[in-house]
Amino acid sequence: MKVGVLALQGAFREHREALESLGVAVAEVRTPDALARVDALVMPGGESTTMHHLLASSGLVDPLQEAIGDGLAVFGTCAGLILLARAVLDGRADQTPLGAIDLTARRNAYGRQRDSFEADLRITGLEGPDFRGVFIRAPAIERVGDAVVVLAEHNGRPVLAKEGRVWVSTFHPELAGDVRVHERFLQEVA
Amino acid sequence: MLRGGVIMDVVDAEQAKIAEDAGATAVMALERVPSDIRRDGGVARMSDPVMIEGIQAAVTIPVMAKCRIGHFAEAQVLQSLGVDYIDESEVLTPADEAYHVDKWSFTVPFVCGATNLGEALRRISEGACMIRSKGEAGTGNIVEAVRHLRSILGDIRALTVASPEELFGWAKELRAPVELVQEVAARGELPVPMFCAGGIATPADASLVMQLGAQAVFVGSGIFKSEQPEVMAKAVVEATTHYGDASIVAKVSRGLGAAMPGAEIGKLDVTFAARGW
Repeated sequence: MKVGVLALQGAFREHREALESLGVAVAEVRTPDALARVDALVMPGGESTTMHHLLASSGLVDPLQEAIGDGLAVFGTCAGLILLARAVLDGRADQTPLGAIDLTARRNAYGRQRDSFEADLRITGLEGPDFRGVFIRAPAIERVGDAVVVLAEHNGRPVLAKEGRVWVSTFHPELAGDVRVHERFLQEVA
Repeated sequence: MLRGGVIMDVVDAEQAKIAEDAGATAVMALERVPSDIRRDGGVARMSDPVMIEGIQAAVTIPVMAKCRIGHFAEAQVLQSLGVDYIDESEVLTPADEAYHVDKWSFTVPFVCGATNLGEALRRISEGACMIRSKGEAGTGNIVEAVRHLRSILGDIRALTVASPEELFGWAKELRAPVELVQEVAARGELPVPMFCAGGIATPADASLVMQLGAQAVFVGSGIFKSEQPEVMAKAVVEATTHYGDASIVAKVSRGLGAAMPGAEIGKLDVTFAARGW
């Protein structure tokens, strides 16, 4: 199994390192050709507006939408979640999400950089201690569709969820120094 | 989360929107871009809060602002305004000739400039969360940024092969805490992200510094002093992402019009990079 990490902007290196530590082959994806060669894709945190522009200018929007439709497993973290959502609040008017998972996300829901925080999360199906969630200018999930399974919550709001082979988190699992969330994703989509 | 991105200097809400439209990962709110500060001379200070708030209201991406070196009261004001990052910047006129801001006493993250590894490590020991090479702001001349990047990265490479006792000598030479020197030697990189600033004026400049090892770029005067800011901004963003693919850098370099006017370093009245220590 070869896992791609969308490497247009943001925390792609940390995802790469987390995945490599689990022994999977990882490829950075910046072009449609690279996308066509992976079996799963992680979409990292960063600035969603920037990634949105770069997805378009790199010719990745249609190939990505088709690949997800054909069953490509995807894990979007933070900004990656915003790109995958059905609807986005407080985004830019031209920010059309991919609609790969039936939920509504609100950008920068917790405030500015100084309002970033960490919190311990109890995650369904994860053995061992709580997972340390790192939330940086994080989005919030404000609505989930019936087909979406919530895997973790913080203060009553979903922070990790999945629908079929599409996973999303509002926090940064790649910054926790703990690869159990990546491991769970890989186990389930392999 | 700014890695792989472009942070653009803007002087009003309209420019901030252009930057966001082009795909900037953040904007730096300041009253004059460095080339104008250089031209005008005099004392350059923190921007007016009204101007910063106007930019915060105009965009959804993070907003940075600059305080003078050592001017912790300006930094306190910026933090209270809710700016996302503070740049303790040599582009403004230094307020303290002995001490930089104690950045540990703030909750907002700081970025600081450095010309060499010792300077970078001193800023990190004071609490900086990001380092940028200083380059020479407002010149459109990349040569100083390249010098600083090569110096920092070259010394890091040398540290990785130094023996334990040599690291104590390096700490003395670099005038930096030995614990930080040991950490850099073990990791082979700074413990915080390293960006590049000062003189980036074209997509190829961005590709150059990213290939040298910068993790993101600051573009000051290079966008809004160019002939077609919208086009230049998009082109620099794409070149920063696809820095390793010359065919894409070539594609976005076509038809940009004139880049900002440049300046030779040897003919400058003031070198910003020499400010700070």
